Amino acid sequence: MTLNLFYFLSFVAVLSALMVVFSKNPVYSVLYLIITFFAIACHYVLMKAEFLAVVHLIVYAGAIMVLFLYVIMLLNLNKDTEPHKSSILKFAATICAGLLLIVLVGSLKGAELLIKAQPAGDSAIGSVKNLGKVLFTDFLLPFEIASILLLAAMVGVVMLAKAEKKLKINE
Amino acid sequence: MIPIEYYLWLSAVLFSIGVLGVLYRRNAIIIFMCIELMLNAVNLVMVAFSNYMNDAAGQVFVFFIMAVAAAEVAVGLAILVMTYRNTKSTDINILNRLKW
Repeated sequence: MTLNLFYFLSFVAVLSALMVVFSKNPVYSVLYLIITFFAIACHYVLMKAEFLAVVHLIVYAGAIMVLFLYVIMLLNLNKDTEPHKSSILKFAATICAGLLLIVLVGSLKGAELLIKAQPAGDSAIGSVKNLGKVLFTDFLLPFEIASILLLAAMVGVVMLAKAEKKLKINE
Repeated sequence: MIPIEYYLWLSAVLFSIGVLGVLYRRNAIIIFMCIELMLNAVNLVMVAFSNYMNDAAGQVFVFFIMAVAAAEVAVGLAILVMTYRNTKSTDINILNRLKW
């Protein structure tokens, strides 16, 4: 039952990821990417990381994808008139990605034999309580640095997106 | 319990699709989305190993990857909007004047 669910979710994730790449309209790409993120969130639930699944949905499907849709709307890109690469470049890109997939699968083959599965403890590691405890004891400094990173990104975005009169370099 | 190697293969496939998208398309927004796809493949394998090793550190790393991804997307899209204002296009081939 769980394995069938895994196969179904993997199929959905891979198929919609392919549709992200191959669909002509950027709006459809965003919608297919949201389907991929939902499938990945279901994978997290399957791995008993429920809190991470909820955070993933809120951050990716809720915030980042809305940002993408806003930018597409703002730039008025919802047409199929995008220039495409030449077919030889597309062929080369497909070959490169396929070779990378072969290398990844080949290098990951047998990796599960090198490590031993730890027996599951009595406490669920994906729970909010346990994750919060780990985040605020072992990872306190990275947590604070991440907050500084987000602040810097916010200031940078406001600076970049502000309408700049002098920077016009129209040719 | 699903074997760990299934998750490794699924993540490898998703990561390769992300690389394929970066190489295949010319629209900068699609390229951003494919970068998100690659980050999510890595997140998936991190959660899988966290579950496998019964260690919460992997899931905390996923939080940090999400924070970095959010910052990256915000700054990247702002740069994209600014270049669109100047060039009226999101084609990455136009951006080759960055090398001058």
